[in-house]
Amino acid sequence: MTVSDTRSTSKTDRVELLRQMLRIRRFEEKCAELYSGSKIRGFLHLYIGEEAIAAGIMQHLSPVDAIVATYREHGHALARGIPMDRLMAEMYGKATGVSGGRGGSMHIFDADTNFYGGNAIVGGGLPLAVGIALADKLRGEPAVTACFFGEGAVAEGEFHESANLASLWKLPIVFFCENNLYAMGTALERSEAQTDLVTKARSYSIEAEAVDGMDVSAISGAAACAIEHARSGRGPYFLELQTYRFRAHSMYDPELYRDRREVEEWRSEHDPLDSLISTMRADDELSDDRLQQIEEQIAAEIDRAVQFAEESAWEPVETLERHVYAEGAAS
Amino acid sequence: MTATATRQLTYREAVREGIRDALQRDKRVFLMGEDVGRYGGCFAVSMGLLDEFGPERIRDTPLSESAFVGAGIGAAMRGMRPIVEIMTVNFSLLALDQIVNNAATILHMSGGQFNVPLVIRMSTGGGRQLAAQHSHSLEGWYGHIPGIKVVVPATFEDARGMLWTALEDPNPVLIFEPTVLYPVTGELDGNAGPVDIESARIRRSGADLSLITYGSSLAKTLEAADELADAGIDAEVIDLRSLRPLDDATVIESVARTHHAVIVDEGWRTGSISAEISARIMEQAFYELDAPVERVCSVEVPVPYPKHLEDAALPSVRKIVAASRKVLNVNG
Repeated sequence: MTVSDTRSTSKTDRVELLRQMLRIRRFEEKCAELYSGSKIRGFLHLYIGEEAIAAGIMQHLSPVDAIVATYREHGHALARGIPMDRLMAEMYGKATGVSGGRGGSMHIFDADTNFYGGNAIVGGGLPLAVGIALADKLRGEPAVTACFFGEGAVAEGEFHESANLASLWKLPIVFFCENNLYAMGTALERSEAQTDLVTKARSYSIEAEAVDGMDVSAISGAAACAIEHARSGRGPYFLELQTYRFRAHSMYDPELYRDRREVEEWRSEHDPLDSLISTMRADDELSDDRLQQIEEQIAAEIDRAVQFAEESAWEPVETLERHVYAEGAAS
Repeated sequence: MTATATRQLTYREAVREGIRDALQRDKRVFLMGEDVGRYGGCFAVSMGLLDEFGPERIRDTPLSESAFVGAGIGAAMRGMRPIVEIMTVNFSLLALDQIVNNAATILHMSGGQFNVPLVIRMSTGGGRQLAAQHSHSLEGWYGHIPGIKVVVPATFEDARGMLWTALEDPNPVLIFEPTVLYPVTGELDGNAGPVDIESARIRRSGADLSLITYGSSLAKTLEAADELADAGIDAEVIDLRSLRPLDDATVIESVARTHHAVIVDEGWRTGSISAEISARIMEQAFYELDAPVERVCSVEVPVPYPKHLEDAALPSVRKIVAASRKVLNVNG
């Protein structure tokens, strides 16, 4: 079920949402290019096609709120406010990276913005998020934990254990399930007996709804309600965001499992950026000049980020064994 | 200095006192696990704590090892000091993802930004006829993992005092409590308090050979040392206490004096912590040895239920004495 929504996003917000979504897309396009040039290595999972989700949700979180994300988290990191230059340096593995270069693309952490990773075990971040929310509840903090994961995680025991615990203890947490229809290469209907994810969440007595994950206004409205629900002490909320990954699972993926025409159809008919731009143009909110100006600002920001990453130093091998045990404690 | 009175108590009561002490000292501390509250703990360790501290701080959890261990990690990262209890080391395998992939790695993956000041307690080992899914000694496995600390309190003082130090440590600490020790009664100094969690202790001094052990095998090893003493053999007994980090210095210093070493480990021999210690002795004290290192480990079989078979599977006083005589080339 999809929410048809009267909760709207104001016009000034839409320019900012557009800017965030474009930042994510252009940043990742640059990452793909840098990957081809061997500047970025390892696994690289692109968020392209799903940008409306991170942009639509993050604007409703306050600085004290916590974010737990997955290995496909560049969009969440950017939308949360992690500086692009330190993010790009992390993609390179440089010491100036937001995780000191130790994590890479899949493990973005940032204490300044309460960004608790970049977890690359599917479902592995959910118990952590439950614990963060528990700590906030025990201390009477007004914070909410935003826990992002894909629909593939719903097959993991950790989803079910975490959903139950969060509901049992009425924790201030929102489960944002980004349903892009494929768990790596396995389609939802090939992996789940019950494909209605909202039904699964409700079975744990969690308030749940689904929303069009390509429509940033719908996402924004639904996220605002979900976060408010959790913040007001009414327990967890589950929001399914129905979306689609335009690019391969990772840079190694030959995409044998889905029809090229299906991808083309999503790209041409459901691109969240195209629809936002069309709507804004129709509402006379976005001129060609304004769009070009935003694109130029983003291109300049990306250029600076790449330059920062290029010019940053590698961590010396001598410090290899740092960060295994917390400083000050003997190992 | 006035003499401090010693008290009689069980190992389980010593652990409970440590938990109570932590709950009283630090508001950030809470205990979470299966049946820790109303039931009083599957081995009765937390009996009475629910009444004393209430359900917010003595939290019963569902049978969801992965979720509540992970929740402990998240709460620790967010500023709390959780004590997570897992009923047995065998059940901890259901939370292995959280322990190995999260607790041990997050400090590193985050470039030092997020540490995990979490304590996980669990029971370990055989000796109570609990068969093959409640009796194994997998603490050596955990000792393989950089990023966590692994300790095994074998004495009443350590059962009481390791917890507080573990809670003050900025890193995840796993405390393994030998199941067989919970009902054992002993004496504790009235002044017993926090103890370090990184060094080995010489529990008995001796000149002829070094018996290196930890956990529930300590009592057996001390008994074997008494038996050896009756035969004129002077054995030193080292209690490792911590399996990660390993206190190489104490072990190597002892072996350099006695020139003979026997390692007693309730884990299976293959790939065990005893293998690691043996390798370190070879690396650091090869030329001090008068004989190859001997090991007394569990027989490589899942722990069986019948008492005579379980006894035969685990290290015993007889096996420790025999290994000691072998390493010294003394017939018994």
